[in-house]
Amino acid sequence: MTLKRTPLYDAHIKLGARMVDFGGWEMPVQYPGGIIKEHEATRSGAGLFDISHMGEYIVRGKDALALLNYATTNDLSKIVPYQAQYNFFVSPSGDTIDDTIIFRFPDYYYVVVNGATIDSDFAWLQELARRFDDVQMENVSDATAKIDVQGPNADRMVQAITDADLKPVTFYRFTTGTLAGIPNAIISRTGYTGEDGFELFVPANRAEDLWNALIAAGAVPAGLGARDTLRMEAGLPLRGSDLGEHGRNPLEGGFGWAVKLQKGDFVGREALLPLKENPTKKWVMFEVTGRGVARPHYPIANSAGEVIGEVTSGTFAPTLNKNIGMGWVKPEYAQPDTEIAVIIREKPVAAVVRQRPMYKRSQQ
Amino acid sequence: MPNNPKEYKYSKDHEWLRIEDDGTTTVGITTYAVEHLGDMVFVDLNEAGGTIKQNDSAGTLESVKAAADLFTPIGGEIIARNDAVIDDPAALNQDAFAAWLIKVRPDNLEADLASLMSSDEYDDYEASQ
Repeated sequence: MTLKRTPLYDAHIKLGARMVDFGGWEMPVQYPGGIIKEHEATRSGAGLFDISHMGEYIVRGKDALALLNYATTNDLSKIVPYQAQYNFFVSPSGDTIDDTIIFRFPDYYYVVVNGATIDSDFAWLQELARRFDDVQMENVSDATAKIDVQGPNADRMVQAITDADLKPVTFYRFTTGTLAGIPNAIISRTGYTGEDGFELFVPANRAEDLWNALIAAGAVPAGLGARDTLRMEAGLPLRGSDLGEHGRNPLEGGFGWAVKLQKGDFVGREALLPLKENPTKKWVMFEVTGRGVARPHYPIANSAGEVIGEVTSGTFAPTLNKNIGMGWVKPEYAQPDTEIAVIIREKPVAAVVRQRPMYKRSQQ
Repeated sequence: MPNNPKEYKYSKDHEWLRIEDDGTTTVGITTYAVEHLGDMVFVDLNEAGGTIKQNDSAGTLESVKAAADLFTPIGGEIIARNDAVIDDPAALNQDAFAAWLIKVRPDNLEADLASLMSSDEYDDYEASQ
């Protein structure tokens, strides 16, 4: 099966990107400068990310809210127009199907999902929609490009190329406007790096215009490698690794604030309800204090050498200058300062549970 | 890479071998290997004093995205390891041919050399990857 390409594929090749298969998409993992430079450029200036592989759906109709609130864990009735919400689709057995950001427009909801699950998420929502009378869903992923610009300079850069006033667009708010000459762009103050910045949505055939405008403004192209190190420092989960199958759900994951068990019935509620008082596991962030790099699937042990969990994300963290990771552990090991060990090539390497996130940007 | 030193020998796993005047050897990984791994963040190497057979693992080299074994291109006694690279793995990205990893006193030099490539052969091999 051939890999899918975003509208910016040629731009990446021209920049000398190393391309990899990411969930069926041919994406840049890094550009010639390397992951660490791209990571640092994002934290100090602005990183530019092609995220066009992610998916977007428009959900309309009188029952759009009812459907989406039934399909997700968070309470979408709480957001106002031009507000977005972080949310989760959970299966009846308590697996995470996907994480998502859902945007409330005046006349519809705009659902943004991960690139590997565009078709499966859509099919799943369509199946749930059969319980409702007035819902229309459209998968607009192929027609949409998404470019993230993240970092302390992102606000200035994006404001300079749009007529929309970005001051009222606070965290998890969005607006529409002309962006780099592209009409009806969506400008959202959201992201996946722990920095200030935006997710920008434009028609796929205008992606290069926006990309070039932001490069001209000084944003540094950054690939999926840097996206991964940035989001790990910020303690953000990756569906398919940190959340997903094996009952790796958002409630035990530490996202209980996005799981509104009291909002009414939703898919997965029954499976999650008992876990609130009696979690069977917890997702934690940790620092490797010994010598070694934690990687997904490495076992986590306690000080007696018993396996008590598994790493789901791990890396050298360039800004923190430490080796860090996240993983699932038995709940009694989830408190910050708990000493654990990561089994690396059959040897235990000391680690300590830390408060998530370990990186927080300085607030201006 | 056009700059694979002419007098070195090379393995299929992109290690280089330099034979010193005193008969000992020095081992590292090539620029091609480092470029492929990316930013280096962790290096673990076998201690001096141990013996090793050709193609055994003599350590671990990790970049941000990947972990790789150092397969020694030569068998014998490890007489030194480069602690400077252990302390600063980025030295490999700066100059892979300068950032040596281990020194080995070979116990079967001629036989081991037979399975290594000349720099010309390695240039071709690299281009074919």
